[in-house]
Amino acid sequence: MNLDHSILTIITFVPLAGAIVLALLPDRDRIQQWSALAVTLVTFLLTLHLPFHYDYAAASGSFQFEQNLLWIANPSIHYHVGADGLSMWLVVLTGLLAPLGVLISWRAIGTRRRLFYTLFLLLQVAMLGVFVSLDLFLYYAFWELSLVPTAILIATFGRTEHRRRAAIKFFLYAFIPSAILLVAMLWLYAKTGTFDMPVLAQLAATHSISSNSAALWLASLAFLAAFAVKVPVFPLHGWLADAISEAPTAVVMVLAGKLGLYSILRFSFGIFPAQSHRIAPFMIALGAIGIVYGALLALVQKDLKRLAAFGTLGHVSMVIFGIFALTIAGVDGGIYQTLNEGLGGSAFFMLLGLLYERYGTYDMRDYGGLAAKLPWIVTMFVITSLSVVGLPMLNGFVGEFLVLSGSMQSAVAHHIAWTTFATTGVILTASYMLWMIQRVFYGDLSPRSESVPAVDLDIREHLALWPLVIIFLVMGVASPVFMRAIDTAGSRIAATLTHTQATTVNFEATSEGGQR
Amino acid sequence: MPSLSPNIVALLPEYILTIAGVLIMLAEPMLPAGSSRKPLGWLAILGTLAAGLASWYQLSFGTLHAFYGTVQTDAFSVFFHLLIAAVVLVTLLSSLDYFEGNATHAGEYFALTLFGAVGMMFMTCSVELLMVFIGLEISSISTYIMAGFRKGQSTGVESSIKYFLLGSFATAFFLYGIALAFGATGSTSIAAIAQTLGSSPTQKLAFLALGMMLIGLGFKVSAAPFHVWAPDVYQGAPAPIVGMMSTAPKMAAFAVLLRITFSGFAGIEHRWAALIWILAALSMTIGNLGALLQRDVKRLLAYSSIAHAGYLLVAFTAFPQDGIASACFYAAAYSAMQVGAFAVITQIARYDEQVRTIDDYAGLALKRPVLAAVLGFFLLSLIGIPFTGGFFGKFYVFTAALHSGRVWLAVIGLLNSGVACFYYLRLLAALYSRQPHEDSRLNQIPSVSIPAAVALTFTAVATLLLGIAPGRVLSLAQRSATATAPAAQSTTATSR
Repeated sequence: MNLDHSILTIITFVPLAGAIVLALLPDRDRIQQWSALAVTLVTFLLTLHLPFHYDYAAASGSFQFEQNLLWIANPSIHYHVGADGLSMWLVVLTGLLAPLGVLISWRAIGTRRRLFYTLFLLLQVAMLGVFVSLDLFLYYAFWELSLVPTAILIATFGRTEHRRRAAIKFFLYAFIPSAILLVAMLWLYAKTGTFDMPVLAQLAATHSISSNSAALWLASLAFLAAFAVKVPVFPLHGWLADAISEAPTAVVMVLAGKLGLYSILRFSFGIFPAQSHRIAPFMIALGAIGIVYGALLALVQKDLKRLAAFGTLGHVSMVIFGIFALTIAGVDGGIYQTLNEGLGGSAFFMLLGLLYERYGTYDMRDYGGLAAKLPWIVTMFVITSLSVVGLPMLNGFVGEFLVLSGSMQSAVAHHIAWTTFATTGVILTASYMLWMIQRVFYGDLSPRSESVPAVDLDIREHLALWPLVIIFLVMGVASPVFMRAIDTAGSRIAATLTHTQATTVNFEATSEGGQR
Repeated sequence: MPSLSPNIVALLPEYILTIAGVLIMLAEPMLPAGSSRKPLGWLAILGTLAAGLASWYQLSFGTLHAFYGTVQTDAFSVFFHLLIAAVVLVTLLSSLDYFEGNATHAGEYFALTLFGAVGMMFMTCSVELLMVFIGLEISSISTYIMAGFRKGQSTGVESSIKYFLLGSFATAFFLYGIALAFGATGSTSIAAIAQTLGSSPTQKLAFLALGMMLIGLGFKVSAAPFHVWAPDVYQGAPAPIVGMMSTAPKMAAFAVLLRITFSGFAGIEHRWAALIWILAALSMTIGNLGALLQRDVKRLLAYSSIAHAGYLLVAFTAFPQDGIASACFYAAAYSAMQVGAFAVITQIARYDEQVRTIDDYAGLALKRPVLAAVLGFFLLSLIGIPFTGGFFGKFYVFTAALHSGRVWLAVIGLLNSGVACFYYLRLLAALYSRQPHEDSRLNQIPSVSIPAAVALTFTAVATLLLGIAPGRVLSLAQRSATATAPAAQSTTATSR
């Protein structure tokens, strides 16, 4: 049996099977934890199949590990999955973060474990499904599915009394744009007769007829808006701080960034290259503002989790800034930063969660002088912070450098001014990160840090953090390993975008001839 | 058995249900007072199953005319027959224990349910407006009575009287519409109306006739602005009956509406399309906004059912292509999730219905995780989350609407879905994320009986299957579409 054709399906549905099993297992002792760990580990090992069997020499436009089965005949919906350089590493990353998320929830989730892990696995299914789907409809199904476990997890396992409000806010913020996205999708289907992503991309890339249809513009904006909320792009980030400060660590690790950024790269750029090209200057501006705005807000927070939330806003804005520069370096850097955000953000939230488990507060003023007592936690914190601020030899540097150099070369308007502006965000990020470390770990011991007995990382927590720290270093030093696949996707995206810059695409013309 | 007279075959399910209902009525007095009425319930269940099988059997005859062309069984009527039989079956299974030890007249409940089903089935296979009216009355009268089934309770009495009075008005409008249609076209047969309408100079009168009928049927399907009865009636009526009332008779009325508009008045589509457009937009918006304010779960679902009637009406604007097929599919998906949700509510609220508001449902997941999960699943389907029947229902309806250029209606509909998810989520959040009160009545829910468990499993599996593998039901829906609207044939048959 050739695993290559079914590997993505297996990866996606192993957690689903796991979730079903978990829902049936009794909700006591550690059965749930261990089973969840086993399922996520198996999934992760399966995802490792991808980078080792990926054909790095293949043509840049192609998808690998493809499987294409008819799902529903009318309208023609296929179960079409596949991976390219863009999605492959995201699948691996999702695979990796899941067992770490289980490990880190070990103690934080003490009751209702069955509900927690079942939903967590469902969330993983939805995310993997989003990354591997090549059928627009299938993708949408997974995209919507991802909202449900997230919202229930926040509403049920949130930190304070506001958790239900945060969950509903999150859901509405995500659901309403998605509903509009659905209209755009259906419209697209009505015009082209297909949901197949490669076919749509092909239509977009080849049939460049200079007819600027307003409906096409509206559709592209509907797509972009739905993704931008999910990213979130400034100023659509209203849900982010609430959701993040409420959500349990394992959920926060997967909450922001990846899904939306991936979707912009795959669908906004793939299906609407001309419109994306037109709107790029605007998005660049939003990205740059988001970088600085997020960093400034993070700078004034006293609550650690809100600080991290606004930090996240800054980091995803960096990706937006990079990919809308529409240069190869910018897009590559954006993809790299998407991975970095997944890794660095996760490590950061995990560490914050550990502090919270020990001291019961996210308020920075309750901390101080912990460095001597918690040497391992401090070390991990510092390494993570350095990765986030982009120290050379660590992963953040590669991404940020590519993004900024990509935007500097960009032909999109005002590049130098915006790049300069965005670069100040790098400085601000460094300030709030280092300032936070100083406040939490150095200086005088606060009463609370004195009264609570200091407990450093135990083996489980070491196991959850070390993989990330090692990957920071590997991705910082051996970036070409990852970049090989990323670059094929990045170059393709950048090329599509720049080729169509002068023309707009008219799907109506194509639907007359080909599909009907 | 091709030797059977078409008059027997065409109404076979109705005959079976009537016989079963009469048997129940006859058997009821023979049971000693105070003894269990469950055997009667089982008889009703057997009758419904037999009726469902009989409908399926009708499918092998293709299109069948009987009773001088007033009754027509085809794929369309079979689709709705099966749907009604399934809803009635679920209702009966989940309410087998409901009246046990509470109502002395429980036997009548089973008989009335079957008689109601006879009326609804009759509506869907009649192609003669007066016959439709008879079916409508048969089904309505049983539901009027059942709405007030908990005699002692004032809300129940209010519910029944309100339903009866307003319902009578509505049927009167419908009858008036028939009279006008006769005046305009000289016939009350749907096929004859369609024939004369093309050449007739009395199109305005025909449009008025249709408008009148639309009022009557709009009331039955609780489309805004004829929806005001629904929340009060739903709140007062017993839960299992609401489950049925909010699905089966509505679907029968939708079936009639489909036949009338798509086959009968197809010629003046340009006139009625705008009317339905408005009804749909109003129903979706009023239903969803109204539901936002509700604390009572049954009222909330009542408003949401108004909204769902609006979504279903969107399908009518997709004339003729895909309109019927998508409406049929939506009807199936909606019935499965709605009747399923009420089956859960029946289990939780029991006869005394002390568990009413969203607050009362707080913490259900801790007390009864399976019931909570099933109810949660139905709620997700009502929201329209992928991999549930509710999603594909909306999907087909809005695809159809977009395909015929009703972009704004689709946008209104999908924005409404966004509003809708707010109140469903509130209930969902109560189930999962809140702690039950100390003296919560949720502690007293007895374990779910086997028939009720079968009903819940059936509806949940149906909702899931409609969301994962909609193909079978959709092909049946498309078959029924071609049976009803010959004009739609060419477009539905080809995949777009």
